[in-house]
Amino acid sequence: MNQREKEQYLREYSILKSQGKPFFPYAVAKDGAMAVVTMISIIVMAIVFGAELGPKADPTTTTYVPRPEWYFFFLFELLRVIKPAILTPLATIGVPTICLVLLVLLPFYDRNAERRPERRPVATTAGILTIVAIGYLTYLGAAAGSPNEIDMKVQPQYEAGKLVVAQSGCLACHKIGENGGQIGPNLTDIADKLPKAAIRRTLDNPTAPMPSFADLDEGKKTAMVDFLATLTGEPQVVDGE
Amino acid sequence: MAKLKLPAPPLPAALQPKPKRPGTAERVGPVEQVKEGAISAVDWVDERTSVTGAARWMMFRKVPKGTNWFYTLGSSTLFAFLSQATTGVFLAMYYDPSATRAYESTRYLTNEVFLGEFVRGMHRWGSSVMVVLLFLHMGRVFFFGAYKYPRELNWIIGVILLVLTMTMSFTGYLLPFDQRSYWATIVGVNINGTGPIVGPFMSDFLRGGAEFGQTTLSRFYAIHMLLVPGALAALIGAHLYLVAKLGTTAPPWLKANEPQEFNRERV
Ligand code: HEC
Ligand code: HEM
Repeated sequence: MNQREKEQYLREYSILKSQGKPFFPYAVAKDGAMAVVTMISIIVMAIVFGAELGPKADPTTTTYVPRPEWYFFFLFELLRVIKPAILTPLATIGVPTICLVLLVLLPFYDRNAERRPERRPVATTAGILTIVAIGYLTYLGAAAGSPNEIDMKVQPQYEAGKLVVAQSGCLACHKIGENGGQIGPNLTDIADKLPKAAIRRTLDNPTAPMPSFADLDEGKKTAMVDFLATLTGEPQVVDGE
Repeated sequence: MAKLKLPAPPLPAALQPKPKRPGTAERVGPVEQVKEGAISAVDWVDERTSVTGAARWMMFRKVPKGTNWFYTLGSSTLFAFLSQATTGVFLAMYYDPSATRAYESTRYLTNEVFLGEFVRGMHRWGSSVMVVLLFLHMGRVFFFGAYKYPRELNWIIGVILLVLTMTMSFTGYLLPFDQRSYWATIVGVNINGTGPIVGPFMSDFLRGGAEFGQTTLSRFYAIHMLLVPGALAALIGAHLYLVAKLGTTAPPWLKANEPQEFNRERV
């Protein structure tokens, strides 16, 4: 906006403002009505959904899937979309930081004097695309569901390990068979890639963002590692079928 | 000392008080006395602070023609924030921010305290409502081009408000200290740690050391209860000051039909 456009804007604005109505009571009435709608929404949600409290935090048993509040889903999903490990910092910090900087600086690079959305095609398109992207990522995050189960047939002696893995939240980041996410490497054929001892070492001493499972109960950890060490990518032969 | 005079609200004619008949005496009942008393109390404060000038400036400023329902999104975000602050005070009366007691106190609050679960639910879902309204408000400002001259600074304050609000949700999520909040926060802090250069420092700062435990909880509690709400309140104040000072935008497709003298200037 150059000086002439600024003055032009201020002049038109002062006319529109002088033709307007006082904030009180006209705008206040609308604001008040909206406040009532807000209050009712909050109260209804509080009554309908309540406030659940899960089991107590327990650093040793890790039987929970890490899941953020729903409006962080889109950030979390970014991790799955940008897969290669080298790019992880880009997904976790880089993209959000760039978006934030772009947001702060918006009034400085968008210097177009026009304000009507239909006459600012670039800005409007960019805005709509951003909303669609955030909406889509949020949807993906919600649809991924609570990954607590592994649909895979295993030998009975490995069932315990399968359960521990399923309940420990590994699937939030790892894919095993048909289930799970893609933040971390696919574990379906982990036994081909890592020996048993190395799998164990990874659990005790992982690379971020994978949380450490060093404090996991010894029996459970053994069961977990035994199960993981059978994952060769081949369907397992289950006795008695 | 000028007596304060409130402007009469624009009532329909039928509701307006009838003028007194000439000759009848001024009625001085209890109602009039209370009214007098209230007015002189306000006058007393005003004489020492001139505060009514500011209130008048805020409340009786004009909003442009065409101001519509989209313009209520900012004030309803503010309302959701106030609701969070109020319910938060009640939660704080029962909550105990220690790693050993946090879960127990939350459980007690949820299951035993009268209306405890309701207030916790209001605080929990109120945060979702506030975030949704915040994004809608931001969308309104964006599509109406309301961030342009002369309101650039208010947009920047707005982005800071957005970041602070997200910080509130992130730090508040840990406080109940159940499995979900605990593990989600660990992952969140670890994700912070993958950032280049400052990442590891940030996650160390959030954890309050290498281990996740009491210090982490105290830190999150202080950030959630003191630091960020204070900053939010102050910045919302600045945001609203600028809104009143600059005026809210008119809807972008509204054209000013300029009075004659403006047209004559144009070539
Ligand atoms: C927050 C996400 C996350 C969670 C939860 C998680 N991991 Fe990981 N995991 C990762 C990432 C990311 C890597 C890759 C680290 C690297 O590049 O060194 C990884 C690596 C591994 C590896 C080594 C894979 C290889 O090919 O080198 C194993 C084995 C593993 N994880 C097992 C598990 C198990 C078992 C669990 C559950 C008890 C689990 N992980 C939970 C993110 C996670
Ligand atoms: C805690 C969060 C916030 C609160 C309580 C708040 C409150 C308000 C209120 C009450 C208004 C008056 C007009 C209206 O309601 O539309 C307003 C205007 C404005 N807000 Fe916010 N806001 C918040 C966050 C934001 C954010 C995240 C942004 C953008 C990044 C933003 C940018 C603006 C701008 C530029 C205006 C001026 C709009 C105009 O004049 O038409 N605000 N805000």
